[in-house]
Amino acid sequence: MIGDIDPTIINLTVFVLAVFVGYHVVWNVTPALHTPLMSVTNAISGIILVGAMLAAGPAETDWGVWLGAVAVTLAAINVFGGFLVTQRMLEMFKKKDKKGSE
Amino acid sequence: MSANIVALAYLVASVFFILALKGLSSPVTARRGNIFGILGMIIAVGTTLTITENWQLILGCIAVGGTIGAIVAKRVQMTAMPELVAFMHSLVGLAAVFIAIAAINNPVSFGLPAVLPMGSKFELFLGTFIGAMTWSGSVIAFLKLSGRMSGAPVVFSGQHMLNLVLAIVMVGFGLWFFFSDTTNWTAFIAMTAIAFVLGFLIIIPIGGADMPVVISMLNSYSGWAAAGIGFSLGNPMLIIAGSLVGSSGAILSYIMCKAMNRPFLSVILGGFGSEGADVSADDGGQKTHRSGSADDAAFMLGNADTVVIVPGYGLAVARAQHAVKELADALQEKGINVRFAIHPVAGRMPGHMNVLLAEAEIDYEYVLEMDEINSDFSNTDVVLVLGANDVVNPAANTPGSPIYGMPILDAHKARTVMVVKRSMAAGYAGLDNELFYMDKTMMVFGDAKKVVEGMVKGL
Repeated sequence: MIGDIDPTIINLTVFVLAVFVGYHVVWNVTPALHTPLMSVTNAISGIILVGAMLAAGPAETDWGVWLGAVAVTLAAINVFGGFLVTQRMLEMFKKKDKKGSE
Repeated sequence: MSANIVALAYLVASVFFILALKGLSSPVTARRGNIFGILGMIIAVGTTLTITENWQLILGCIAVGGTIGAIVAKRVQMTAMPELVAFMHSLVGLAAVFIAIAAINNPVSFGLPAVLPMGSKFELFLGTFIGAMTWSGSVIAFLKLSGRMSGAPVVFSGQHMLNLVLAIVMVGFGLWFFFSDTTNWTAFIAMTAIAFVLGFLIIIPIGGADMPVVISMLNSYSGWAAAGIGFSLGNPMLIIAGSLVGSSGAILSYIMCKAMNRPFLSVILGGFGSEGADVSADDGGQKTHRSGSADDAAFMLGNADTVVIVPGYGLAVARAQHAVKELADALQEKGINVRFAIHPVAGRMPGHMNVLLAEAEIDYEYVLEMDEINSDFSNTDVVLVLGANDVVNPAANTPGSPIYGMPILDAHKARTVMVVKRSMAAGYAGLDNELFYMDKTMMVFGDAKKVVEGMVKGL
């Protein structure tokens, strides 16, 4: 019976559940970290890299493969830039050593 | 590698992405969260590499893109974070469009039937137009945020009508593409081109101070674009990751709109602040304000027991965060209680001020959100407002004011208020700020960084 279901319906199921998870997880993010939240979600939306890799994947190279290669490069900028700048920002939010008093 | 193992690896990666966002609930767990995100991405990319044939080309492109990304991440100034984020949104949008075009060109390489079924066409249509709008919208946001284009809203008559007509024409081409038996490139290209133009037209009427909403909204779009591509390729990991990002951006847009007490739709339709000049003019009456020097301010700060500093966009522009840290240290050495009060829309993106203060090594324990500190203002000796305006305007409590109902920091309840500002010019809302004319308020004119450095010397 499950085999008769259109894959789009299954994708839709995944989509709706993922939106719920996202909604609940993101409301728990502390407002002080909203900028790192934006940069890390930037990196995560770089997951589109996987789609770009499939586009650049076929051994027969035609213009579609080159377009995919450009997309891989763009998405890689996002993934590396996003995670690294998030890491840099979060380092700043480390607890500071209290000097002497307190 | 078997399709099932690939799917399971993608599931693991998806869980890591959820954990990455969950980590951000506290600064203590946030770095671990980021590591989870990186692990998820390594699993996702590594798995995909095993099912592609051109791995040399792909790794080469990743190396090039990764190097560019790493250099940008290392060099970017914290004050320029909003631009960087806008720039990165644009890349996701453009990549989504390229992937959709490649998928239409060669569906088989994506595991789709050689003749695209209607469902796939519809999903590709969605992914492409969201991606195209994300790209052009983000480019405009980037130009506005980096000052390469004026932040003022660009409005012309018939603007909304034009957008509506374009949107309808775009959907028309989409339907033509959808119902064509063969691959209808004409329809697809026309649809994509209109989506690019629409993204551009939607962002130009939105003014500089609405940027926190715009940038969150584009964040959301970039996620939906990734999810749209996930639908087209039947890849649940892309759908999950894209939905997480999409809902995150949507929530941030909601929080920003709420903090400005403005309906989302009115921000998107834009043009706010363009008629602002007349509003303040009809106030008429001769109002006087008191101004003082940085030394006067230093004297008053030195005699206070409790000080609250309210940073705003002016602090980011003047790059005064390190000077502020020196000031806070000097005051704390005298045993004065110094805290920071952050309004949700201070700066040009959500959380902008927190990052700047963290960069200056100000302990986040002393940095409080609006709700945490608002009840304390009445017990505060001195409030120092640095480059903020509308977020401390008590007019928000007066019915009939254009900003009535906007939640503000209650700086006016403190015993003494000091405002560091370039001039008496009105804020973004175009409103006069009553706070500046109160008897207990002292204005200190000048560049935030120079004034604060002067205060440190004065102490």
